Amino acid sequence: MSDWYRDFANSGLGTTITRQLGLPRPAELRRYEPGQPVLPGPAVVGSAGEGRLREEVTGLLRDAGVTVVSPVAADGSTDGERLAAVLLDATGLTGPADLAAAHDFLAPALKRLRPSGRVLVLADPPGETSYPAQAAARQALEGLVRSLAKELRSGSTANLVHVPLGAEGSLASPLRFFLSGRSAYVDGQVLAVTTADLPTGEDADRPLAGKVAVVTGAARGIGAAIARVLARDGAHVVAVDVPAAGEQLAEVANEVGGTAVSLDITGADAGPRLAAQLVARHGGVDVVVHNAGITRDKLLVNMDAARWNSVMAVNLQAQLDLTQALLDTEGALKPGARVVSVSSQSGIAGNRGQTNYAASKAGVIGMVRAWAPEFAERGATINAVAPGFIVTEMTAKMPLGTREVGSRLNSLQQGGLPVDVAETIAWLAQPGSAGVNGQVVRVCGQSLLGA
Amino acid sequence: MAPQTRKAAIVGGNRIPFARSNGAYARASNQDMLTATLDGLVARFGLQGQQVGEVVAGAVLKHARDFNLTRESVLGSRLSAATPAYDVQQACGTGLEAAVLVANKIALGQVESGIAGGVDTTSDAPMALNEDIRRVLLAVNNAKTLQQRLKALSGIRPGQLIPEVPRNAEPRTGLAMGDHAAITAAEWEIGREEQDELTVRSHQALAAAYDRGFFDDLVTPFLGLTRDQNLRPDTSLEKLARLKPVFGQGEGATMTAGNSTPLTDGASAVLLASDEWAAEHDLPVLAHLVDAQTAAVDYVHGGEGLLMAPAYAVPVLLARNGLTLQDFDFYEVHEAFASTVLATLKVWESPEYCKEKLGLDAPLGSIDRAKLNVHGSSLAAGHPFAATGGRIVATLAKTLHEAGPGKRGLISICAAGGQGVVAILES
Repeated sequence: MSDWYRDFANSGLGTTITRQLGLPRPAELRRYEPGQPVLPGPAVVGSAGEGRLREEVTGLLRDAGVTVVSPVAADGSTDGERLAAVLLDATGLTGPADLAAAHDFLAPALKRLRPSGRVLVLADPPGETSYPAQAAARQALEGLVRSLAKELRSGSTANLVHVPLGAEGSLASPLRFFLSGRSAYVDGQVLAVTTADLPTGEDADRPLAGKVAVVTGAARGIGAAIARVLARDGAHVVAVDVPAAGEQLAEVANEVGGTAVSLDITGADAGPRLAAQLVARHGGVDVVVHNAGITRDKLLVNMDAARWNSVMAVNLQAQLDLTQALLDTEGALKPGARVVSVSSQSGIAGNRGQTNYAASKAGVIGMVRAWAPEFAERGATINAVAPGFIVTEMTAKMPLGTREVGSRLNSLQQGGLPVDVAETIAWLAQPGSAGVNGQVVRVCGQSLLGA
Repeated sequence: MAPQTRKAAIVGGNRIPFARSNGAYARASNQDMLTATLDGLVARFGLQGQQVGEVVAGAVLKHARDFNLTRESVLGSRLSAATPAYDVQQACGTGLEAAVLVANKIALGQVESGIAGGVDTTSDAPMALNEDIRRVLLAVNNAKTLQQRLKALSGIRPGQLIPEVPRNAEPRTGLAMGDHAAITAAEWEIGREEQDELTVRSHQALAAAYDRGFFDDLVTPFLGLTRDQNLRPDTSLEKLARLKPVFGQGEGATMTAGNSTPLTDGASAVLLASDEWAAEHDLPVLAHLVDAQTAAVDYVHGGEGLLMAPAYAVPVLLARNGLTLQDFDFYEVHEAFASTVLATLKVWESPEYCKEKLGLDAPLGSIDRAKLNVHGSSLAAGHPFAATGGRIVATLAKTLHEAGPGKRGLISICAAGGQGVVAILES
């Protein structure tokens, strides 16, 4: 499943050929490994207007062990080596005129950006002002960041975080995520944080230590990757999959030191059964990852009821029923629980032949947004991740042409890996991510589809 | 100093689906299957890297290389390498006997937890060298000079190339187990139709149990097999009636390939523990192993059927526990052959047999057939000899647990050599 084209494009001869022919030059992405610093080099923090986050962000970066250097001068000089991250505090925007400052800060800094660099823009939500000029300026940032993400090369990404007044404390966790290798395949995204009670004293290398995490569809592919990453981050993983997948499921559970539960999640009593076991065996659950999903592709006119119904049952109804059962069972969802649902790019952009699948995955987004306020009241969160083109056993079976084109139609010019989805989920599962709720995070390398 | 005894808890079990001989597991060894079964158990109960008190298992058909089968399987599994293990073998009683051995050590406080299991393959069966050539090769090996060696080698003859293949026959009678069972079936006038009825019920009950997810936490698929290969949910009296008898002779022959168990490959394991150990590990207690009994009969000269030993063991067990045969909510009578189950139930109803053979004042009486093998048994699942005991213990323990506290079940397993192992479980 290695990316032969990426490897070729990065070889000596491949570099020459792809440059001369103007072919895509996918980079080897910087991915997280335990013990790795948040950034491999210094960061620079600038502002557009009189913002309120620059001091806060500089402090967070220093706490995370990041060297913060002075903004790059107009002539391109700086007081440090090449930059690993460029952060812009845009909370001071009052109108479109202030955006010039963003340009002035970013342009020279981006010339100094290292491969797999990070651009992160922090702003107020456009909806939280009554001044049209201010809302316009804030909204303008989305166009700026999304375009910038498309201009960046060598595995660098650009993302935007909306930080409403009072939610500054919620910024630490997204900040670390977006700067680190965990967000390798998250590009061109807009995330909103909210005010939340935040825990203290989290172990950065094992943020899920002592937590119990249940992962559905854990026997293979993305689910197995999620189990591995959650376990690496310290969680005891309860790996769930259909009874027929029990052999691989046991292997995954044994690999991560977890527990295997063979269960058809579409069964009538599946939710209560799992909830009861989680209470009895594990004293409840901290992290729930709804990953199980199936595809039964056909054009709508040719689709029989069985294809429609089975996809709905596994991909959407089971998520609703299982979540409801956990909410209803005393002690099943521990305080500060984290629910993460796997949606899909198809659920956002639609996909020919996938009316059933796309409907189910769009439904997941509706579910997450509707449940978010109730979860917030419990000090819990519920979010969705929407993977784009992820290289799995399934995509390995696609015809070469379809696969190559599919995997290049994004700003990073390559398919993501299951671990990229898993890292995003593990981040949302962290206690420190309490201020990220009701969000849909796309792990798609800024796919052209549904952007 | 012997501490006060306690009843061992059955925490749960795991088995791989049973495969027909030369079927899905044709290339799997006993060690492969037992290791996979242990790993499935480890995954289900989160025992990775943990040490349990002891792992006890065995196989009936064993290669010479399998001398330390269970320990080797433990070393290949995800259990701690510091987990001791030993092999046992009591023919088809192996699995249940292993569970009794572990339970007894738990009862005595010698271990806090243990795994009992069994495995058998009739596909990857051991073949021995022909006895003649074995002697020649031993002589060659012992020879000191080249001359002696050549002389010894000259004893080799083409006929010696025919290997010795294990046979499913009693060494002392030369009769296949099925032939023995057929003698008993004829003696007790066990009809073809009632055997076929029991067979259909076994298949239907096992299929229904799979369908409702009963085996979700008892079985882990292996080598692509997700359900027992022998299971025929759609079998019927009509289909079974078409089969020709394979055991017994003449018009009175009733035993077919349908109402007899086929040669089977598979493995099973059961996790037992003290209540305290189970609680410390947040693991459930499905049932307790209350008591067990073995018996043996002289089927060679004593005029008793080869597979009738459980009929003798059960009354001893009942008397010791102050119970009658009717004091059970579930019965698990191993279906080596449908006729064996029916003959066993029939002798317990016979005043003469119970008086003369079992020395009882009154017959044990009949049982409610609705409580018999409610989730299917060996006729449907198949019967990998040493693995059957573990299958039954785990199945019955879960059955009792589902039925609620205070339920009682009886296990009866007949074995080659005229032996029987029986046990009582209680939820």
